[in-house]
Amino acid sequence: MTVAADAAAPARAAARRGRRFGILPGFGLSLGYTVAYLSLIVLLPLCGLVVKSASVGWHDFVSAVASPRALAAYRLTFTAALVAGLANAVFGIIVAWVLVRYKFPGRALFDALVDLPFALPTAVAGIALTALYADNGWVGKILARFDIHIAYSPAGVSLAMLFVGLPFVVRTVEPILLDLDPQLEEAAATLGASRRQTMWRVILPVLLPPALTGFALSFARGLGEYGSIVFISGNMPMRTEIVPLLIVTKLEQYDYAGATSIALVMLLASFGLLLLINVLQAAMTRKGKR
Amino acid sequence: MAGAAPRRRTVVRDPRPPLARAGADSLATRVVLTTIACGFLFLFVALPIVSVFTEAFRGGVHAYFEAILQPDSIAALKLTLLTAAVSVPLNVVFGIAAAWLIARYRFPGKNVLTTLIDLPFSVSPVISGLVFVLLLGARGLFGPWLEAHDIHIIFAVPGIILATTFITFPFVAREVLPVMQEVGTDEEEAALTLGASGWQILFRVTLPKIRWGVLYGVVLCNARAMGEFGAVSVVSGHIRGLTNTLPLHVEILYNEYNMVGAFAVASILTVLALATLAAKKLVEARQASEPHGSATHR
Repeated sequence: MTVAADAAAPARAAARRGRRFGILPGFGLSLGYTVAYLSLIVLLPLCGLVVKSASVGWHDFVSAVASPRALAAYRLTFTAALVAGLANAVFGIIVAWVLVRYKFPGRALFDALVDLPFALPTAVAGIALTALYADNGWVGKILARFDIHIAYSPAGVSLAMLFVGLPFVVRTVEPILLDLDPQLEEAAATLGASRRQTMWRVILPVLLPPALTGFALSFARGLGEYGSIVFISGNMPMRTEIVPLLIVTKLEQYDYAGATSIALVMLLASFGLLLLINVLQAAMTRKGKR
Repeated sequence: MAGAAPRRRTVVRDPRPPLARAGADSLATRVVLTTIACGFLFLFVALPIVSVFTEAFRGGVHAYFEAILQPDSIAALKLTLLTAAVSVPLNVVFGIAAAWLIARYRFPGKNVLTTLIDLPFSVSPVISGLVFVLLLGARGLFGPWLEAHDIHIIFAVPGIILATTFITFPFVAREVLPVMQEVGTDEEEAALTLGASGWQILFRVTLPKIRWGVLYGVVLCNARAMGEFGAVSVVSGHIRGLTNTLPLHVEILYNEYNMVGAFAVASILTVLALATLAAKKLVEARQASEPHGSATHR
């Protein structure tokens, strides 16, 4: 009895010390280190951007942010990311469905391919897609016969965004599909629903929230993407110039005020999206627990 | 699931042929959907990979190795390895500390902290580079001070490492946190009861249990650290042989219309990506076979 009490003494002492947060030691150290490192590497630099943009006059800010060239870049970037996100949502659901439900030779290989865009450096993706989809490339040659040109056009921007955002929808839909109770489908069939009705009325509504999250993630990734796009887009101002490239161009011309202003707009857009994604995911978790 | 009926298979025989039953698509549907999915992955993922290698070997094996063994390519490879060797360990230590903090304690502001850790994921790589230029560049907030002390960060190696660390910041924390939450605190509390210190608990109990999660994070973090382009491009200054990483070297060669060279260097990065995927699958398989890390010797 006394031995047991002695053995428990350090635990009790620790519990007294850190009872408010948890009984294991190291709260102060891990909190201090995490917050300090986070502040130094992430928060301080991001605050620097906000501070710097505050020193840009209102007039300069508006003329940089609302210049025709910047507006054209926003339009292209948002449209291309939207197209890429939607394509990824549609094909992502199909890919997830096939990978989860069907068995076919090479399934493991295709499953591995899904993750490749995360692992492949964007510059490599950029030159590879350009080589493939330019008018003299394997695929581009065929498309050129039908007068479809992907490289060096807005379609190329979408293609690069499609590539980098490809894994998101598949990987958010897959776990939901695995968890989907087969009884749901059986019940629908028992009640006389055709396979098509079950698909549209039972399965797809369940897959919509994760697909939406995946779409938002893919869209957000597309908005910020730079590495792969600069190779395939041709970078023509007003036509195929994306926002990140415009920021780099301004920076190279030592137009710090312009670069900062446009960066701030993009930063706010991506934080808005991040917020939306978090709300979506929280809603999904709640639904899952119900 | 609350209120749901207990799972029980219905014994009613389905009168329709097997393929029309729930959960089974017709053969035509299967074939069409599988073709679409595989065609999509083939066209947009597999084919680009294949084209990297065919373009790289277009001039023959000799030209390929000549391009790779150029002094500038070797210098770029060394810088890439150095960058990863510094930024990955930094983020591993942070990732474990942050996961420990979030998984083991209750404190106000925890959700905010979790969101802040993911922040670098939602920042465009170009902006990630830009913030460091604005902070530490010649015209930046601390620029004059750094210049007075003869410290060069932007357009030099430290800037590249810093930008890479920012970009890869969330990877390890993100992978370790769910594993740490899943293994629970029972064994750690037992160790505490037996008189172990905090560090002993960390190194002897926690780390062995979460090692696959850590390794998973390291693999992903390393791939991104070696492959980052946008952020590094903004802070590097593109000085050949000095501040060029492999991805930046690909760009320079490509813009000089040295296609064999560009794709040869790109093929190194592609092999790295494929190795990353293989390592990832391996770690996933290990994780699945021993869901709670170690403790197999008991």
